[in-house]
Amino acid sequence: MKLIKRFFRAIVDHLDMPLFLIVLALMGVGLLTVFSATSSDGFEKLDKQLINMAVSTAIMLLVARTPPQTLMRFAVPLYITGVILLLGVALFGIVVNGSRRWLSLGLVRIQPSEIMKIAMPLMLAWYFHKHESLLKLRHFLIAGLILVIPIGFILKQPDLGTSLLIGASGFFVIFFAGLPWKIMLGLGAVGGAALPFAWSLMHDYQRRRVMTLLDPTSDPLGAGYHIIQSTIAIGSGGGLGKGYLNGSQTHLEFIPEKHTDFIFAVFSEEWGLLGNGILLVLFTLLIARGLMIAAAAPTMFSRLLAAAITLVFFIYAFVNMGMVSGILPVVGVPLPFISYGGTALVTLMLGIGILMSIQTHRMLVKK
Amino acid sequence: MSDFYHSEQDSDRFRNRLLVAGTGVLLAFLLLFGRFFYLQIVQHEYYSTRAESNRISLVPIMPNRGNIVDRKGIILARNYSAFTLEITPSKTLGLEETIDGLAEIVEIQIKDRRRFKRLLEESKNFESIPIRTRLSDEEVARFAANRYRFPGVEVKARLFRQYPEGPMAAHAIGYISRINTKEKEAIDEGGHGANYKGTDHIGKIGLEAHYEYDLHGTAGHEQVEVDAGGRAVRVLSRTAPIPGNNLTLTLDSQLQKVAEQAFGGRRGSLAAIDPSNGAVLALVSSPAFDPNMFVDGIRFDDWDELNNNPDKPMLNRAIYSTHPPGSTFKPLMALSALTVGKRTPGQAIADPGYFNFGNRRFMDDKVGGHGMVDMYKSIVVSCNTYYYVLANDMGIDNIARVMGDLGLGKKTGIDIPGEATGILPSQEWKQQRFKKKEQQKWYAGETISVGIGQGYNAYSTLHMAHALANVLNYGKVFRPHLVNTITNPNTGEVRTVEAEPVRQISLKTEHVDLIKRAMAGVVKEGTGARAFAGATYESGGKTGTAQVYSLKGGRYVAGQVKERLRDHSWYVAFAPADKPKIVVAVMVENGGFGAQSAAPITRQVFDYYLTGQTPGGPAPETEAPEDATDGPLIEEDAHEAD
Repeated sequence: MKLIKRFFRAIVDHLDMPLFLIVLALMGVGLLTVFSATSSDGFEKLDKQLINMAVSTAIMLLVARTPPQTLMRFAVPLYITGVILLLGVALFGIVVNGSRRWLSLGLVRIQPSEIMKIAMPLMLAWYFHKHESLLKLRHFLIAGLILVIPIGFILKQPDLGTSLLIGASGFFVIFFAGLPWKIMLGLGAVGGAALPFAWSLMHDYQRRRVMTLLDPTSDPLGAGYHIIQSTIAIGSGGGLGKGYLNGSQTHLEFIPEKHTDFIFAVFSEEWGLLGNGILLVLFTLLIARGLMIAAAAPTMFSRLLAAAITLVFFIYAFVNMGMVSGILPVVGVPLPFISYGGTALVTLMLGIGILMSIQTHRMLVKK
Repeated sequence: MSDFYHSEQDSDRFRNRLLVAGTGVLLAFLLLFGRFFYLQIVQHEYYSTRAESNRISLVPIMPNRGNIVDRKGIILARNYSAFTLEITPSKTLGLEETIDGLAEIVEIQIKDRRRFKRLLEESKNFESIPIRTRLSDEEVARFAANRYRFPGVEVKARLFRQYPEGPMAAHAIGYISRINTKEKEAIDEGGHGANYKGTDHIGKIGLEAHYEYDLHGTAGHEQVEVDAGGRAVRVLSRTAPIPGNNLTLTLDSQLQKVAEQAFGGRRGSLAAIDPSNGAVLALVSSPAFDPNMFVDGIRFDDWDELNNNPDKPMLNRAIYSTHPPGSTFKPLMALSALTVGKRTPGQAIADPGYFNFGNRRFMDDKVGGHGMVDMYKSIVVSCNTYYYVLANDMGIDNIARVMGDLGLGKKTGIDIPGEATGILPSQEWKQQRFKKKEQQKWYAGETISVGIGQGYNAYSTLHMAHALANVLNYGKVFRPHLVNTITNPNTGEVRTVEAEPVRQISLKTEHVDLIKRAMAGVVKEGTGARAFAGATYESGGKTGTAQVYSLKGGRYVAGQVKERLRDHSWYVAFAPADKPKIVVAVMVENGGFGAQSAAPITRQVFDYYLTGQTPGGPAPETEAPEDATDGPLIEEDAHEAD
C-alpha cells in the first residue's frame, strides 16, 4: 500500500496539472477524430494511437522527473549525434517517396531530423545559458551557425516541413535570448530580398505547393485537390458541424491523409466553427501555460527552452490548421496531439515533459 | 527580484519578448479563426453545395427501349442485358495506366481502345465510357476481384438492342447506333435533352428512327452517394424509368420472308399494301444488311464493305429508288382518261404499230400493231400506240393532275424516313427543274412518252403500290403505314396509328371496275398469264419495263446488252381479283421485261398470302418469248426509220 502511494506520489510530484489536463483534452479530441477518420478500417488505428499515447505519456513522465540540469547535459552530445546522423542520411540515407530522410541502423530505421527537433532548442538554450553573462553579437552569429548547419542537411533531403519546425525552434531560442530587433528586421529584409533566389533553389514539388496555394483551382485534380477538398470539408461543416461520424467529405474519402496531416479537416467538418473555436482555445491555453512556465523559469537555459518549445507547439498548430484551411502552403506538419502517428507524438510529449520538468524543478532549484 | 538573474534588464527583456510572442500567437489564432469564420459561416452555403455535389451524383437510368413485333407478334427488335466495363475518365488516376492495367485482366483489343478514344473525344469528362462491351461472367468476376486497383472503373449492366431476324426487313425496321453530335443537338433543340442524358443510342433509320420518341421511353434517375473514387456507396432516392412503347407492325414477317427469298439476292424492291387500310404488309429492299452490326458500333471493314458494295445494300430501294414505271403506268393512264372524260371504255383506235407526231415516229413494240384496240385490250396487250394517242389528247397537265391526285409525284407519308418524292412531270415541274430558259419549255412530244410510263416519270415501288391501292379502294386514300398499334407497356393503352382515310379522290365505281377487269385480263390472257399459270385464285396485274439504255435505230435484244444496262422489270398487281386483300408493286433492277422477273416474284407472294403456300426457292425468271408483247419503248426519229 505504501509502495503504491509512493509510486503515485513520484508521478504526481513532477506533473504540472494544468498542462497535463490540457494535453489530455487535446489527446481526447485526437482519439475521437482519429477514430472518425479511420472507422471504415475498424479499430486498428485507434488501438495503435492509444498505445502511442500511453508510450509517449510514459516518456513525458520520465522526462518530467529529470531535472533541467540533467537535460542540459544531453544538449551537446544529442546535437552532435544529430548532425552526424544527418550527415549519414545525406551519404547513405534511404529514399522514400523521392526524399532521403531515413537512415537504416541494422534492424531499425530512424529519421535523424526528428532528433533535431529536441536537440536544436536544447543545444541553443545550453549555448546561451553558457554565455549568459556576456552575450555579444558574436554569440548570436555562432548560434545562427548552430541553427543553419542541420537545417541545411534537412532542406537537402528535402523536407520543408521539418526544416521549418526546427528552424522555428532554433529561432525562438535566439529570439528569446535577446536578438536585437534591428538585426531581426535586417534579416527579414535580406530574407525578403533572397526570396527569388530561394525560389530558384526550390524543388519542383515545393514550387508547385506554393503555386497551388496561391490558386488551388489551377490544378484541381492534382496538387490543388487536397486543399480544395479540405476547404470544402471545413466550409461545409458550418457553425455546428455535420455531427460526429457524419462528415461526408471524410467518410466518402474526399479528404486525403485524413487521419494524419489533414485530420483537422475531419474534425472541422464534423464539429463546425464551434469545435474549431474550442480547439483554438485549447491550444491557446496550452501555449499560455507554456509561456507562464517560461516566465517563471529560474535559469536562462530553462526559460529559453520552455519558451522555444511552447512556441514550437504554436508553430505546429498554426501551420497545420493554416495549410488545411488553405492559407498556408501544404507542408508535412501534423496537428499536435491530434494527428495519428507515434513519432510526432513522442517528440511532442518529450517537449511537454521538458516543460513539466522545468516547472516542477523550479522550487527545488530555488531551495 | 530573483537572485538568479544577472540583471533586471535581462529579465525584463525576456518578459517583454514573451509578451510579444504571446500577442503574436493570439493574433495568429485570431487570423485562423477569421479564416474558419469565413469558410464556415460566410461561405458555408457555397461549400455545402460543393460537398453535396461531391457526395451526390444524379445517375440517369435508361428506360428499356420498346420492342417491335410484327402483326402476328413475332419479335423483330428487342433488348438483352449484357455487362460492359466502363471508365469515368475524370475519376481515374491515369487513363492510359488504367486501360493498360485492365488489359491484363480482361481482353481489350485495339478496336476497343480505338472506339474508347473516339467516344472520349465526344463525351463530357464526367461521363462513363465503355472500354469493353459484353463481358463474359468470368471476366466480370476477375474484374470484381481487382476492382480496388481501378478507381473510376465500373462494371455496368447495359441493355443492347437485338434484331433476332437479322437482315429481314432491315430497311423498314432500321437500327439504333451511337448518338452523334448532330443528333445530340437535335435532341437538345427538341427539348429532349434531359430525357436523353443517360441514353447513348438512337434510331438511325427506319421505324427505329421514325418512332424514336415512342420507343425511347422516359428516363428515370437515381440519387447516389458516391465516394471520391466515383463508386456508388448507397442509393438515396430513385425514380424509376418508364419503358418505351412497343410497336406492333402491320408487316407480316412471314410474307416479308417469302418476298425477300423470291428476290434471291437480285437488286430490287417490293411494296405490299392492304388496300382497305394502307397497312404495309411487306416492304422489301434487296439486297439487305444485318442491322445487328450497327448496335455496338460497326466494325470498320464491315462499314467499308457496305459502302463500297456496288449493289448498295444500305439503300432502301422500296421508298427511295425511283424509276420510270413503264407499262404499269397504263392502267392509271386509262383511269385518268375516263375520269377527265377523254375516253370511253368502248372507244377504239386502229393501231398501225406506230404513232407519228410531227416528224417523229413512236413505235409500238409489236411490229404491224395490235389492230383495233379499245381500253380493255390496251391494258391486256399493253398497246403503246393507244397511250401515245391518249397522252397526246390529254396533254401533260391533265395527266399530272389526275396522277398527282392518285398519289404519284409526292411523298406517300409512310412512317419511315427517307422517302423519295418521285417525278411526276408537268409544265410546272419542268420550269422548276431546269434553270435555262430553253430547257424549261415543255414539248408536246415529251407528253407522248410519259403516256406509256417512260420519259421523265420516276416512282418508287411504294408509290406504285400506293397509287394502285387508292384506285382499288375507289379513291379512299390511306397513308401507307408499317405500324399498326403503339402500346404503352405500363398502362396497357393501345393507340392505332392509322384508322381513318386521309382523303378521298373522286373516282367513278364503273371506271375502277373496268380497270380491275382489264388488269385481271392481263393475268388471264395477257402479259401476266405465263407467270400466273395454274394459280388457284384470280388476280389482276400489269407488267412494265423501264428503259435503262436507249437504243437508237435498233431493236433491243436482252442478251446483247450488259447486265447493268438491261431494262428494269416491273409488275403491279392485286389479289384476289374481285375483292383485293393485297396490292403489290415489284421492281427488279435490270430484270428485263416485266413478265420476266417481277411477275414471278409477285406470284410467290400471292401464293403465300392467299393460299399459305411457301415456295421452294427464289422466283424463277421466265424466258423471253419470241414476240415480247411488253417490250420497251423504242423511240425512233421518223427520218432515220424511213
